[in-house]
Amino acid sequence: MTNFRKDTILFEIKKHLQKFKLSDGIFCDGIDVSTTQKLASAFQLPKREVEVVALENEIIPRRYLRNIGTIGIKGQTKLLKSKVAVVGLGGLGGAAIELLARLGVGQIIVIDGDVFEESNLNRQLLATEENIGEEKTLSAVRRVTKINSSVEVYPYQVMADEGEFKEILKGTDVIVDALDTFSARSALQRAAKNLNVPLVHGAIAGFVGEVSTIFPEDPGLDSVFSSSQKVERGAETSLGTPTATPIMVAALQVQEVVKVLLKIGKPLRNRLLFLDCETSSIEIIEL
Amino acid sequence: MMKIELRFYATLVKYAEKNEIPQFSFVEIEEGATIASLLNKFNILEKHVHIAMVNGRSVESNQGLQDGDRVALFPPVGGG
Repeated sequence: MTNFRKDTILFEIKKHLQKFKLSDGIFCDGIDVSTTQKLASAFQLPKREVEVVALENEIIPRRYLRNIGTIGIKGQTKLLKSKVAVVGLGGLGGAAIELLARLGVGQIIVIDGDVFEESNLNRQLLATEENIGEEKTLSAVRRVTKINSSVEVYPYQVMADEGEFKEILKGTDVIVDALDTFSARSALQRAAKNLNVPLVHGAIAGFVGEVSTIFPEDPGLDSVFSSSQKVERGAETSLGTPTATPIMVAALQVQEVVKVLLKIGKPLRNRLLFLDCETSSIEIIEL
Repeated sequence: MMKIELRFYATLVKYAEKNEIPQFSFVEIEEGATIASLLNKFNILEKHVHIAMVNGRSVESNQGLQDGDRVALFPPVGGG
């Protein structure tokens, strides 16, 4: 976008300025959702680009007001300019896209070849009684757009193999592993490494779950997956996947995504966080 | 004899029950014990243990154990 165009958009944004109160009592300039929509339509731009112009001029879209105290205006701008892929739209993936959309991650790729069935209703936020039998990616697009229409969603209704992962995931900033078989997770990890993209792994069974962040140069979870490659699934085959566990693990995964995108905190690199909600234990395992 | 802390997670809790010890407990083992001999002592099938952790670090089954070590055993977890 040229500076002239940015100035023109900013001029229009300034006509709709409102004063919002930040958490610490300081007032800031901001715009609301309807202004973003109006200007995006007038300038024929994606809404997130209007929001980016606003943020670059320290004007905060009200919808992100409660993010700013922690991640700052620069952090919010970076999130809006980022592209994150969520691979698998089950318990983990459905919760992850909900959080990524509310955070304001500008572009989300969603990949799953499945349709909803009744056994998904206990935990998968995208599953409802009305959409049993429907393609998961379709519900994902609908849900993200309902939450935050500034986010662009790119759906891929496919059970992808390693080659397809490499094609689809080109240009992403972070990939979320929300799959449910060891072979698919392993293929995704190889694709992420090949594409030079960080991967946030998450898995659940019963009241336990695990999270780890793998940068392309890290050894990754090959050693963890390899001993399981004779079996496709883990403890979840006997313990099932009850309601709260995937939501907690997806939340931890999204937090890792934020840390990686904004280069803040200490991502779980070469470490596996193992969460046991039944005993209220967290083990951080050096791999 | 040495005393170590032993923790069983998720599906491996069944081995704590079979051995009539709590899920998290302190157990006595012989000097010079390894992860492999620990698993043997408690009749734990090695193929069921996905990760063995000693003092916060993932280790192989030939890892030697010391008095006061904290050992945790994890099954494979793969649900999404």
